[in-house]
Amino acid sequence: MEAAMDLMRRMPPGSTEMALNALLSLLPDHSLDLLSQVDLPLQVCMDKENNKEYILCEYNRDADSYRSPWSNIYEPPLEDGTVPSDEMRNLEIEANEVFSVYRDQYYEGGVSSVYIWEDEDESFIACFLIKKDGQGKRGHMQIGSWDAIHVIQVGSEEEGAAHYCLNSTVMLSLTTDNMQSGMFNLSGSIRRQMSMTLAVADGHLVNMGKMIEEMEGKLRNSLDQVYFGKTREMVCSLRPPPEVLNMRLPDS
Amino acid sequence: MSDDDGGAGEQQQQLSDGQKREIAVWFLSRAPAGEIHYVAKDVRALLGDDAVYEAAAAEAYPEYNKAQLVSLGLPDRSGDIIITSYGELDKNNYLDPRTGQVATVDHIKQTCTNLRPATDEELPSAYTEEFRSAIDVELSKYVSEAYPKGVCAVYCTKGKDVEGPGADFCLAVVISAARRSPQNFCNGSWRSIWTLEFSDEFQYVDIKGKIQVGAHYFEEGNVQLDTIVDRKDSTVLQSPEDTALSVTNIIRHQESEYFSSLEESYLNLSDATFKDLRRKLPVTRTLFPWQNTKALSLTRDLAKELALGK
Repeated sequence: MEAAMDLMRRMPPGSTEMALNALLSLLPDHSLDLLSQVDLPLQVCMDKENNKEYILCEYNRDADSYRSPWSNIYEPPLEDGTVPSDEMRNLEIEANEVFSVYRDQYYEGGVSSVYIWEDEDESFIACFLIKKDGQGKRGHMQIGSWDAIHVIQVGSEEEGAAHYCLNSTVMLSLTTDNMQSGMFNLSGSIRRQMSMTLAVADGHLVNMGKMIEEMEGKLRNSLDQVYFGKTREMVCSLRPPPEVLNMRLPDS
Repeated sequence: MSDDDGGAGEQQQQLSDGQKREIAVWFLSRAPAGEIHYVAKDVRALLGDDAVYEAAAAEAYPEYNKAQLVSLGLPDRSGDIIITSYGELDKNNYLDPRTGQVATVDHIKQTCTNLRPATDEELPSAYTEEFRSAIDVELSKYVSEAYPKGVCAVYCTKGKDVEGPGADFCLAVVISAARRSPQNFCNGSWRSIWTLEFSDEFQYVDIKGKIQVGAHYFEEGNVQLDTIVDRKDSTVLQSPEDTALSVTNIIRHQESEYFSSLEESYLNLSDATFKDLRRKLPVTRTLFPWQNTKALSLTRDLAKELALGK
């Protein structure tokens, strides 16, 4: 597993799916571990009843069907697909509504879905997903995509507080392609964890939402630095820009 | 090779050794610049079958070394040799056109094991060599100025036996600069190949270039830059020295222009595309009012209006 994860850290991010399939065929005994530890770009499906898109992941999958957070129905239809308890489903409905507004304010578009399941001992797991594809507005052939996966484990309530453990992954891909500058692709993913114990007075949704908002802000900043900073630094160390050369070699 | 090789999916049947080898080759050939040894270590551990691994490595390493334009120190320390198909005499023997020597290469260890003088048949005629070495001299100056870790070589790819004016010949310029910084979780490479077609009839040199830049950052993540561009230019055929100057100037100009366009792409993507994907703050310029989930219907209407109005 260690070698498999190291390998995934080195393969081109655009080939993640192929690489995962290759690993699954080499290590069929570790397929559960692989599927839970390797994040793939998110897929979207249409809820025909509500005419709304939703995101597919392991958390809303049963057999080969995926449950829509809007209608609570599996597509393709599944006779006895598992659904959350009423309590969890109510929280899920509310979370989807609130998260849609959050998503619209930060992303001005895109698709979001929230799935909630009870875990052991009165704790539960919530999975918040956002997918946004963007195209440059200035006639540049630019394509971008942002996929965010936030999984929060919420411990049972004790003395008015609960423990929240958030695992977040953002996958980003940015491409430009034109005659003058050729093909330019920056892509990849970063993953971070955050744990907090918070009072439940305002409800779980407020706590989870705040954590996700803080995490997304941090991830966006590190992506800005990591994607644009580190790789650009590398390019500049391969071929230092003219101003650096001039400083080193005056008048030569 | 087709991209489907790794797509065995969730088939439960045992993989044949051939399929395992193909998967191993698939991983090895996709290693970022300077990382094939790390990938090889992982692949070897995953396969748990040294014979299959050895076969995959023997297949993947030579192709990887050529594609990445890996440079190796010559055993007599007289310089570096670039592994490229332009200098490939056979699988393990590569010509170093600058010193007129042939190096035997261990692809998997990425070392040179032996060195011998090239035979006359392996070297270009005196006439093309004059052009080749003149360009090599000018180009080396440029590469040492522009790329702190850069190496370059000029090969004769066609018309090796042209003895004087009156016939066409081709040269290939290869520039390779790699930087490895695994302690900083960062590796990268700049590779350019320029082909020069000398036309005797029209007295000009047709210049075509391909530049590829890659960078990999992998601290708590996996971020890769991958770029490729084609460039075209031409110059008139003059004396070897003047041709060398003008060819090198063109390459210098084209590569610095490309470098600027990379900088511009970074700016564009950061300013435009990245902001289009996710804003730093909501349209309201304040953090999301999670406390006011009761008043959400209002916010939702506002958000809808804003979404419609954009």
